[in-house]
Amino acid sequence: MASAEEVAKEAERRDIRDRWLLSAPALIIIFLAATGPLLIVVIYSFLTPGPYGGVVWKFSTDGWLSVLMQRDIFDDTLAFADAHLSIFWRSISLSFYTTVLTLFFGFPTAYFIATRPPKTREVWVFLVTIPFWTNLLIRTFAMQQVIRNEGLVNTALMALGIIKQPLQIMNTDAAILLGMIYIYLPLMVLPIYASMEKLDFRLVEAGYDLYAGRWQVLRRIIFPLIKPGVIAGSILVFIPSLGAYVIPRVLGGGKNMMLGNLIELQFGAGRNWPLGAAISITLMVLVMIALLFYVRNASGSEGAHG
Amino acid sequence: MPEQPGRSAIDVRGVRKVFGTGESQVAALDTVSVSIRENEFFTLLGPSGCGKTTLLRLIAGFDFPSAGEILLHGQDIASLPPFKRPVNTVFQSYALFPHMTVAENIGFGLEMLGKPKAEIKARVAEMLKLVKMEALSGRRTSQISGGQQQRVALARALAPQPKVLLLDEPLSALDYKLRKEMQIELKRLQHETGITFIFVTHDQEEALTMSDRIAVMSSGKILQVGTPWDIYDKPAERFVADFIGESNFLTAAIADIGNGKARATLKSGATIEATVAEGFQPKDNATVVVRPEHAKLTSGKGDLSGTVENIVYFGTDTHIHVRLDSSEAFTVRQQNTRSAGCGFERGDKVGISIGNDAAQVLRD
Repeated sequence: MASAEEVAKEAERRDIRDRWLLSAPALIIIFLAATGPLLIVVIYSFLTPGPYGGVVWKFSTDGWLSVLMQRDIFDDTLAFADAHLSIFWRSISLSFYTTVLTLFFGFPTAYFIATRPPKTREVWVFLVTIPFWTNLLIRTFAMQQVIRNEGLVNTALMALGIIKQPLQIMNTDAAILLGMIYIYLPLMVLPIYASMEKLDFRLVEAGYDLYAGRWQVLRRIIFPLIKPGVIAGSILVFIPSLGAYVIPRVLGGGKNMMLGNLIELQFGAGRNWPLGAAISITLMVLVMIALLFYVRNASGSEGAHG
Repeated sequence: MPEQPGRSAIDVRGVRKVFGTGESQVAALDTVSVSIRENEFFTLLGPSGCGKTTLLRLIAGFDFPSAGEILLHGQDIASLPPFKRPVNTVFQSYALFPHMTVAENIGFGLEMLGKPKAEIKARVAEMLKLVKMEALSGRRTSQISGGQQQRVALARALAPQPKVLLLDEPLSALDYKLRKEMQIELKRLQHETGITFIFVTHDQEEALTMSDRIAVMSSGKILQVGTPWDIYDKPAERFVADFIGESNFLTAAIADIGNGKARATLKSGATIEATVAEGFQPKDNATVVVRPEHAKLTSGKGDLSGTVENIVYFGTDTHIHVRLDSSEAFTVRQQNTRSAGCGFERGDKVGISIGNDAAQVLRD
């Protein structure tokens, strides 16, 4: 006869097995859906481009080579692909500025909302989420109407006689930056607001009581306590910025491409699927590096105290 | 500079605080004036919503008075922000900074005052010793117990050597035994540091055991200010007598007022000598208060007579509830001896004698 202990162990084993079996369908779907397409992308990046798009099943590292280098068509020598490098640089720097500027505008906004009475707070949060109701493309085109040469800003400035020639904002990096700040700002405000709302404002009072001025209270008490929200917001803004496609396409014109546009180009007019796949993976690696950096940063400062 | 005892540390003059606007206006403080002396353990006592915390927050600078002045050593501080007032607060919730260690919490105020590192370190060590927390200086505040957090909050508020320390019901979150310990500890700290303490509580026992003086508050007003003895033995108003300790209220006719004393003729016809509350306006029928332990039960005839309704045993003493012949209720507290019972039984006809210095005439 089995002892009570064995019966309990057996029951526990069965319990664990049942759980695995029950969650297996979901796990399999998630696994296949997540890794399957990714695997195809990785494989395609090592193949040869087909003449009318698609791929020829012949191993080649040319796709990867072309991410950063270009082969001279006359003497076959390799040189850095300046065009690609500038696109990488534009993507990273514009995403960085977007993150910094959304933080700059988002932090005070979140603070403002969090310090309203609870009922009014809901209204403000609701207002912040309203842009999400409209399609990204429409909002981007709306932005275009504001900044284009015959747009709202230029017409108004010229009517007031402040400028004679319209300001060329469209089709510049500034236009992309403006668009990204506008589109991604709510993604910065909401997580910061979420941690600010949980902030115990008695700690702020305690700070004031202990001779900390407004700036010191912000830097020494509020900021460290809402840091998780700031990090979450930065991730939510930086990562989609890095892969942005619609905004640079509509506001940056054909010339000011970002990584998303470069990838699209390879799968479309460029007819170089392996290169497109390779750039996609490069973008993914960049995102992972950024994430690692954030995670490190977040846990590192925690450790400094303990 | 030697501090003169009796000089006032905080002077509150005609302070009003109104919250809200228009119809929903509420006066949390209704023209309050009080002087708090230097090196004094001063308690603001009252039920929740009486305005005691509002007054404390005005002194701390978290809120600003709607009218009136608050003076610190004669200087008006009512318009200064909290970080410019040499006053520190121990919060009810402690409000310790969760992202800092115990030592960093204690040193925060000094750091913000721009003190040199070495001085901060020495002062933090001194504070840790004062509250007996040396061993836990490197801990996060989430890793220590409620009683320990309480000590850290105290040390943090005392470290910058404030002129006045404000304590907002700091013991309310502690269990009974720890609270008793901390009461003694607080008294010791106040004595050792020589800092004026303004202590807010709704616990009358806490107020009586710790304070040099007590201000009893109700509905935004200060009803009476005095030593624990004054407050307990010579309550000015019914609310004060009722809020602090147990009381018997009797209706009496007052005559021969003079020198703080009067003759009170009770409904039973007996006349007793009583002290008279300050500000008493002569009237036909006044209320007289007698503490249960200041009356004596006799089997013979006393100043009052009635029937024993109930006897409640408390270990140290026994409460005997008597229904007077005038139909008023009266409780007598009798010290227990080890032998036998209290000597009375339910339904007994008894007399109650009230001593010469046992009754106080209330002003309302």
